[in-house]
Amino acid sequence: MRVTVIDYKAGNLTSVLKALRHLGAEAEVTDGDLVPVENAERIVLPGVGHFQATERLDATGLTPTIRAAIARGVPFLGICVGMQWVYAGSSEASIQPGLGHFAESCTRFPDSTEKVPHVGWNSLEMRAGSRLLAGVEPGEFVYFTHSYRAPVTADAAAITHYIGPFSAAVERGNVMGVQFHPEKSGPTGLKILGNFLSWETEEGA
Amino acid sequence: MITKRIIACLDVHAGRVVKGVQFIDIIDAGDPAALAARHAREGADEIVMLDITATHEGRQTLLDTVRRTARELFVPFAVGGGIRSAADAAQVFEAGADKVSVNSAALADPTLIDAIGRSFGAQAVVVAIDARRDPQAADPVRDAKVYVQGGRKPAGRRVVEWAREAEARGAGEILLTSMDTDGTRAGFDCELIAAVSEAVSIPVIASGGAGTVDHFIDVFGRGKADAALAASIFHFGVSSARALKEALARAGVSVRLPC
Repeated sequence: MRVTVIDYKAGNLTSVLKALRHLGAEAEVTDGDLVPVENAERIVLPGVGHFQATERLDATGLTPTIRAAIARGVPFLGICVGMQWVYAGSSEASIQPGLGHFAESCTRFPDSTEKVPHVGWNSLEMRAGSRLLAGVEPGEFVYFTHSYRAPVTADAAAITHYIGPFSAAVERGNVMGVQFHPEKSGPTGLKILGNFLSWETEEGA
Repeated sequence: MITKRIIACLDVHAGRVVKGVQFIDIIDAGDPAALAARHAREGADEIVMLDITATHEGRQTLLDTVRRTARELFVPFAVGGGIRSAADAAQVFEAGADKVSVNSAALADPTLIDAIGRSFGAQAVVVAIDARRDPQAADPVRDAKVYVQGGRKPAGRRVVEWAREAEARGAGEILLTSMDTDGTRAGFDCELIAAVSEAVSIPVIASGGAGTVDHFIDVFGRGKADAALAASIFHFGVSSARALKEALARAGVSVRLPC
């Protein structure tokens, strides 16, 4: 299993690479070279920190290259800020557009008595039919650390409640995103990454 | 529902665990990698490794230890001790840590918090604060003071104010140790922890003084802590983080179970 991990200088990739390699994947990293993305079998876009960091994807030309890969049917997984990027954008950096694969935008948790950021282990409420989350039982816990989140839509694969419901995972066709950190979510997280790595496209690629 | 975290803490010197949660039936009881893996398997929500070597020669040993420990660890992993610059932090992240904990170096130069947060995100920066109540002050809790050098030397800062500054500079979490209760096993300083937790919006990890399961119930309730550090779980009469969490769940505390 070959997987291309995109480095856009938004935090540390070590944990993601370690988890993918632990699962037997041959993980390669690109930080702007388009060729690995053009030839990718699978793409992972991690990322922590500020949404503005995704401007580097535009500056390096990765955005249209990723878009083309997705159109070819290459399975794509965004993690944390990487998930938010597949939406139209985020109010964290409203001038910076996302990929727009999902039409909605991400917004900050509203003010409440609860703390923001949302940090820690929270449970998943499953939606039927997710391939990414196959084998994950309702109520299993995953690790979150974020202040912005995606709304609940028809594409939500799992919902988590914190100051109201949000999309903890999204999935439509070969495009998937998780707001939590599967690489830090114990056996549940590894199961999810394993599902992504064993994902077969309709062409059987 | 968001759960309260139980964090296993390992104090490491020259690559060996010197204090903290030990297992009697493990072949090498001082091996940080083996202990961290065991804690994760037995229900700890997170692992913190504090290096107390803090010498120049010790740096490479620490990085090797972090690398070895991180290899098979798939829960959040924080590392502290001797991180004096963003470059030090970068090495620790590269070795596999998810978060770094900074303490005296951040007091000496608070912009260290901004610098690490800018490069690695706020979620990767834990600011550790060693605190003592100020019995001379009108309000000993709200006027509690920050200490360095293992609680011996005052840093000249108020705890609540330093926690707020750390948050404003981009810290993702506060690890608050009460030097008054640390080692006493008489309970956390819940009033102090609550005062800090209410003053900031970021999570507060409580540390110092745990002796029984009831102390954890208390710190998650009255203390308003988001997480608690368990430095020597066997002293609480439970055999693992899982057993501690099962007892907490019976008392109505929301924890990650099964785990």
